[in-house]
Amino acid sequence: MSDKIDHISRQKFMEELRRYQKGSVSRRHFLGVTGLGAAAAALGAAMPALLPRPAFAQANIGDRVILATWPNYHDPANFDAFAAETGAAVQMNVFGSNEEMLAKLQAGGSGWDVFIPTNYTISTYVEQDLIEPLDLSLIPNYDGVSFDQRFAGPGTIDGKVYAVPKNWGTTGFAVNTNNTGGTTPTTWKEFWDLTQTTFSGRTMVHDYQLTTIGNALKYFGYSFNSIDTAELADAEKLLMACKPHLFAISSDYQPSMRSGDAWMTICWTGDGKQMNRDMPEIVYVLGKEGGELWSDFYAIPKGAPHRDAAYALINFLLTPDINAKEVLFHGYPVADSRVNALLPPEVLNDPILYPAADLLSALEFGAAATLTDPNRAELMARFKSA
Amino acid sequence: MQRRLSTWLLLAPAGLWFAVMLVLPLCFVLVFSFGQREAAGGYVPAFTFEQYANLPARWTAFRNTLTLAPLGTILSLLIAYPLAYFLAMRADPKWRTMLLILVIVPFWTSILIRSYAWIFILGGQGLPALVDWLGFGSIRLINTPFAVLTGIVYGYLPLMVLPVYVSLERLDKRLLEASADLGAPPLQSFLQITLPLSLPGVATGCMLVFILLMGEFLIPAMLGGGKVFFIGNALVDLFLQSRNWAFGAAVAVTLVAIMLVTVTLYMSLMRRLGGAREDVSLM
Repeated sequence: MSDKIDHISRQKFMEELRRYQKGSVSRRHFLGVTGLGAAAAALGAAMPALLPRPAFAQANIGDRVILATWPNYHDPANFDAFAAETGAAVQMNVFGSNEEMLAKLQAGGSGWDVFIPTNYTISTYVEQDLIEPLDLSLIPNYDGVSFDQRFAGPGTIDGKVYAVPKNWGTTGFAVNTNNTGGTTPTTWKEFWDLTQTTFSGRTMVHDYQLTTIGNALKYFGYSFNSIDTAELADAEKLLMACKPHLFAISSDYQPSMRSGDAWMTICWTGDGKQMNRDMPEIVYVLGKEGGELWSDFYAIPKGAPHRDAAYALINFLLTPDINAKEVLFHGYPVADSRVNALLPPEVLNDPILYPAADLLSALEFGAAATLTDPNRAELMARFKSA
Repeated sequence: MQRRLSTWLLLAPAGLWFAVMLVLPLCFVLVFSFGQREAAGGYVPAFTFEQYANLPARWTAFRNTLTLAPLGTILSLLIAYPLAYFLAMRADPKWRTMLLILVIVPFWTSILIRSYAWIFILGGQGLPALVDWLGFGSIRLINTPFAVLTGIVYGYLPLMVLPVYVSLERLDKRLLEASADLGAPPLQSFLQITLPLSLPGVATGCMLVFILLMGEFLIPAMLGGGKVFFIGNALVDLFLQSRNWAFGAAVAVTLVAIMLVTVTLYMSLMRRLGGAREDVSLM
């Protein structure tokens, strides 16, 4: 590093970045010119966790890795650190539903290196021959023993590990208590009843059959996963009655909840946490009748174009201190005891992230058949077009 | 002979493009529409009319599209025509180019981002808050058919303005002078000269907007809150959510068939009106 270059203009930085991306300059040149090398070195000295790990410092893994994931699901700073360490920039494709991910992979040529399937989809991916068994020797930071088996289990099919756990979470609902007159609803029955009465025009449900139909089934005390036609008919009647009272059918509910247009929505843990952090009047509720418990995984699709980078990224993100930063960013709990040991007690005691045992035990994992059931898909279409 | 060869060579790239990018995919869609859904989603080859028999399940989506698309086209025309008229006939030529550019400027940004902006304008803290503050009570705009129509008219207005503008701009202004000299009041001149002569532009604009609207899915999804369900939304769900490719293909084939019939009827109507127009210009 020369001392002469202590500042670089934004434009010059972008030019250098382009040149580097095109491969016309080396990574060393790029880091030197832009001062990123010095910055990384200074940071690295201050934070030993950022020092290059021998596992990837040796191999050249290419200049990019394509990640298919969910909204608000990663700390961008971790990706920057990964790029600085390995030279591979993370490109994200953000998705709205597991079906959409499955559809892209079924159609072929997705170009993804890593993606984030949810527990109930993994068996389908294996049956359809769309993902490869993981070579765990390339993910030394994955330590099966330190993971809670409840959340890690679905990644293993027929004794082969196809996916390693990212984080888990629940599906409950978020409600703005400024509008409830001091009481907080605690059940799915109240959720759907409020929707048709005092909350008319203020409730949102997911544009996702699994959770929207699943939690309508809970109104009657049926299983979240039911594919029984009589039970689905009851759920349909409820959904149709609620349809005119809904604010929207959308999985992008944070903007409307934050602006005050919507007062209540079906909600995933991390969104509940993110909204509650900024607006304490929005609380996250797990319906007493139950609902969904889920676990998301890292997996590698067959034919991933940057396979080495894919393994390097998964290994990097499973490093306990990196994973702890991810948790602090996205607000979902992880099943890795090594990460939990690094988290501050207020996170571990947070009832949104780690619900009380009795609420948790009422929850069900989604089933593969729930996602692929054609009757549920058609019910959702009738509900949306009604 | 050589000329024929060069004609063929010049046409080859376009022909190849159409064959590979249009005809071939359409054949795939047609074949898929007679197939069946695989258990986990996708497509199994078959020959069955099951998917077509199931079409009534998407009746609401067809109905919504077939009412809101023509309505959106007519609204766009009603707003675009006076605007194009002003630009072509009344605006100071000094400013004309500038004003035309302003009409096109929104196209420089993605419709997704512009629709997102409308979510905030029509949302509770946007226009309704202003209306409430002015004392007209609380109203709901976002996630209604009105919001979808607003988004449609906003999004497609330039496509209507430009063709109408071009036809008005080309209009022989001497015809209007002659009409005035012969004592016709302005309204009569407009109805007998300007309007008929601008019809080709109107026809083109309506066609452009209508065809695109029939396949629209983004605006209803974003400004309709997922509650205003177009055939485009049904298709997105069938391919990306329930992965019922066979049924999705049948819906798509039906949409194409409806479009072909509508556009053919429309064109023959316009040809008849065009015949009338020639009489006008001859007069």
